[in-house]
Amino acid sequence: MSAAIEVEGLVKRYGSLAAVDGIRFTVPPGTVFSFLGPNGAGKTTTTEILEGLRRRTEGEVQVLGLDPWTEGTELHRRIGVIPQDFRFFDKITPKEAIEYYRALFGTKVDPSHLLEQVALSDKANSRYDTLSGGQKQKFGLALALTNDPEICFLDEPTTGLDPQARRAIWAVIRNLKREGRTVFLTTHYLEEAELLADQVAIIDRGKIIAAGSPAQIIEKHGQPARMSVEGSPVLAEYLRMNLGAAAVVEDGKVSVTLSDKGDALKILTAIEASGLPWTSFTTTKDTLEDVFVRLVGQMDEGALKSQGAP
Amino acid sequence: MKLRNIAADFRIVSRTYFRNPVALFFSLIFPIILISMFGLIFSATGTGSVTLVVVNEDHNSPLSVEFLAALNNTSVVPVQVVSVTAQNFSSYLGQNDYSTGLVIPAGFQNDVANRIPVNLTLYTNPEAASSAGFAEGAVQGVAAYFNLQAVCAQKTCPPVVGYHTAFVGSQVYKYIDYLIPGLIGFAILTSPMFSMVDIASSYRKDGIFRELSLTPLTRAEWLTSRILWYVALTFVTSAIMIGSGVYLFGAHVTLTTGMIPFLVVGPFFFVSLGMLAGSVAKTPESAALIGNIITFPMMFLSGTFFQVSSMPAGLQAFARILPLYYVIDGMNQVMLYSNASRAFIDLLVVLIGSIVVFLLAIRLFKWRDE
Repeated sequence: MSAAIEVEGLVKRYGSLAAVDGIRFTVPPGTVFSFLGPNGAGKTTTTEILEGLRRRTEGEVQVLGLDPWTEGTELHRRIGVIPQDFRFFDKITPKEAIEYYRALFGTKVDPSHLLEQVALSDKANSRYDTLSGGQKQKFGLALALTNDPEICFLDEPTTGLDPQARRAIWAVIRNLKREGRTVFLTTHYLEEAELLADQVAIIDRGKIIAAGSPAQIIEKHGQPARMSVEGSPVLAEYLRMNLGAAAVVEDGKVSVTLSDKGDALKILTAIEASGLPWTSFTTTKDTLEDVFVRLVGQMDEGALKSQGAP
Repeated sequence: MKLRNIAADFRIVSRTYFRNPVALFFSLIFPIILISMFGLIFSATGTGSVTLVVVNEDHNSPLSVEFLAALNNTSVVPVQVVSVTAQNFSSYLGQNDYSTGLVIPAGFQNDVANRIPVNLTLYTNPEAASSAGFAEGAVQGVAAYFNLQAVCAQKTCPPVVGYHTAFVGSQVYKYIDYLIPGLIGFAILTSPMFSMVDIASSYRKDGIFRELSLTPLTRAEWLTSRILWYVALTFVTSAIMIGSGVYLFGAHVTLTTGMIPFLVVGPFFFVSLGMLAGSVAKTPESAALIGNIITFPMMFLSGTFFQVSSMPAGLQAFARILPLYYVIDGMNQVMLYSNASRAFIDLLVVLIGSIVVFLLAIRLFKWRDE
């Protein structure tokens, strides 16, 4: 089967400003694709172009083989969208809303089953304006599933939610994938992307600066794993002399970069052999968040330099 | 357009409405308040005209002229002599919106001179109780004066000049009668205009249009379901207004099926216009402003509270470019005058306007951004 989403050379300009500046990516069907980026990077603009809610300036976009702008009506029957900050008619309950959408889409979905799927059964008959932030997002999620969509677009679905509510949404997303749906998820919670996504693209200033699976991105852009023990500068000096390892001392911690998984054992053996005092050993590895912060930081520095700022 | 989609959306609109106490107040209670307020303020003045229209069948005999001069001098009822026959007088009064009239019979002077009791006929309209009271008081007083001073010098003679009363033949319209079509028009204008302008801009701001754009619901279906809702609401509001007007103030309206087209086309026009105004505006604030600029002149100058015919000529000309004028005039034609041909023209004007505004609104209001 061909890609669920294919984007090639996508550009969106507002006047002279390019909000999206020539990006390309592909989302295979049945996968979770996470689109990351700082605020104002072009995430929502890209998402809305894919959903057929915004017209692109240039480039090729195919969602389920359709052009989202010109074939929006057909596309909307096959996708589900939860916008950032989902809003609905204040006085309408989730059950009524699903019945409404069911009539519009002409589907036969059972509202209580759908609400069960998003863990909102207890609020089936509560009006929108009485729901909490997390419940509103679940409401939106249930509504987006009314037409049994092939692709679900979730634009920052957990922003502003408490940890409990976020986990509930995550469970729903995992379930969507299990059901074979493609999920397009934008978020600025990096751990969320790392936990849920098969593929990740990081966008900044309208350009994709990194793409791949979370592990690949960390591998490529992250710093190597490090091992550290609490010890004295003397220990660090000993390791430099005996192993030729670049040991760094910081806050009473001696840390050494690991270039091979066998390294850890070698280093520990050397430390023990030194006879010097040491305690509590840890290994650390970059998370997607570390990589993200570094990459976006580099972009910011680059931008400052090119603008001639000090 | 799919009926199923319109029906589904209609359910949402009605639920939203019924769960909003403020909206319910404005459509169900406010009409009664309006009718009562304006009815109480203006009903005391009746038609406003207490001119006593006179047919003098005694051919301007000196005594009859003297009698009328005396009546005129009371300054309670300015006398206006007209030349119609006594038989046609009653219907003449009705057609010309006069509420009081007096007939001086032929041979008045002779009979009085010969002390033969003679009866004047005083026409009054029971609906216009205050003017009837004025006229009767004046005629009674002047007749007594004649009996005492001019005719019967001796105190023992019986009164010669008397009168009997009759009712004005056809209907004389009171303020409340005009007020009912006027206020129905007022509701047809204000209720959809204010809420649609607000909905157009706030739904866009809140992303509800965006949400709906992701469903198979079309803009035309969405707008149609709103129109149907306001048509339904207009029927309820009109029934309440007619009911309270008739029950509280004894208003006279003809309930004909001729009203129905106006109760349908009126909301059709103003829901579309409200949507158009709200779509043209960039922000909710400017939407409200545009809405007010359109709504306020119509609220007062289209025959809502005041009859257009009682306004200065310049304002009357202005009223004729206001769409609501045609809705209210049309309803007056069917509810009061039974003038179907003029009502039909009014209806045609509003219908054509509605189609144009509806199409414009559909075109200009956007679900999604460029």
